[in-house]
Amino acid sequence: MVASPPALQVRLEDRLGAFHLSAAFASDEGITGLFGPSGAGKSQILRHLAGLAHARAGRIVLKGRTLFDGAAEIHLAPRERRVGLVFQEYALFPHLDVAGNVAYGLAGWDRKERRRRVGELLEMVELAGYENRQPTSLSGGERQRIALARALAPGPDLLLLDEPFAALDFRVRRELRGALKRLQEETQTPMILVTHSLADVRALASRLILLDGGRVVGSGSTDALLADPGSPEAALLLEAGELG
Amino acid sequence: MEFHPLLLSFQVALWATLLALLLGLPIAWILARRSVPARDLWTVFILLPMVLPPTVLGYYLLLVIGRGGPVGQLWEALGLGRLVFTPTAAVIAAFVASVPFLIRSAQAGFEQVDATYEEAARTLGRSEWAIAFTVTIPLAWRGILAGVALTFARAVGEFGATVMVAGNVPGRTRTGSVAIYDAVQAGRMEDANVLALLLTLTTAGALYLLTQIGRSRTW
Repeated sequence: MVASPPALQVRLEDRLGAFHLSAAFASDEGITGLFGPSGAGKSQILRHLAGLAHARAGRIVLKGRTLFDGAAEIHLAPRERRVGLVFQEYALFPHLDVAGNVAYGLAGWDRKERRRRVGELLEMVELAGYENRQPTSLSGGERQRIALARALAPGPDLLLLDEPFAALDFRVRRELRGALKRLQEETQTPMILVTHSLADVRALASRLILLDGGRVVGSGSTDALLADPGSPEAALLLEAGELG
Repeated sequence: MEFHPLLLSFQVALWATLLALLLGLPIAWILARRSVPARDLWTVFILLPMVLPPTVLGYYLLLVIGRGGPVGQLWEALGLGRLVFTPTAAVIAAFVASVPFLIRSAQAGFEQVDATYEEAARTLGRSEWAIAFTVTIPLAWRGILAGVALTFARAVGEFGATVMVAGNVPGRTRTGSVAIYDAVQAGRMEDANVLALLLTLTTAGALYLLTQIGRSRTW
């Protein structure tokens, strides 16, 4: 039996001023943690995956579709990628209510279907009945869940999460980790979670990629990597993570 | 006492403001959101009508839309007749003199919109066109509204360029500000008084109304 290729294959080469990003990794179903100190290039990788940044070279393949290929000059626009992104500060549209935000990616849908889908998603993130609330009236945790619902609404092939817990206090954090895990299992959407918290990694990620200074210094199953980092660099990074 | 000049002033200013929105809004968006080669030179060119003496502006316009100018000749070739000394010429003069106000305000409004909102919209599968109308413009609307108010006020008050390209044809191109000048020249001070007062009150009223709309919602 031949193993099927991983859902997402990434190779990226880019230069941003003095910062050099050179990373290759693969990720599969479930949640993959992208862990590293600030400035490691984690958010930049998400921007490349979403199509918001343009790398110099490399290749991104998602479920058999080529999203980016530097050599073949393929660079799909963000709207053609079916890649959702939850921004660090959530970026909920302040001029739209909750329903307007969640429905924003459902532009081509029939009115009734759209309303049904919004209701379904709000139920999934346990905020049923929030349709007419304004984003400014929501708590940090509620905003995060609305941002999740908005990104999941069009049914993306991959969901990217940029430090989704950074803006929350630890009690809400713990509660929302559980919610995110349930959401992943329910929707079966592969997710990449950028974080600098090992607690997030342990609670959520089945696979782990360690990033430092724009380079991948370790990758594999979370349990295996935490037990044996495999290199002094990776070990140092994880140690720093425990302290931080 | 003729009230036609006042009516004409408002009609001309309304058309000029609409034109400014139609042409100025995309320019403001491009200046705020895209990298433009020689941006500073473009900015100077766009803002020039704000600082040029209106007669100089009118003179340049005359070279372009006059009977010997490229636009004037095109206009006649299209069978639309002479362009100078028509109400259309008055609209063009008011538009050129006032559009920098719209571009400047709208550009500032667009620049204040956090680009992350537009990026979020992109990842949600929407086109650039849809994003401009559903995210950028709604979030920049205060700047745009301020621009509309200034543009309209400037267009109502246009005098120098208007006289140069539209002239002073009673009942046809004589706008409020031109009629006031005309009345003073002819010693009809009472007409000038009434026109000046009405022009002041209506313009102030329109501006007040716009600021009230601008107050209604914030985010």
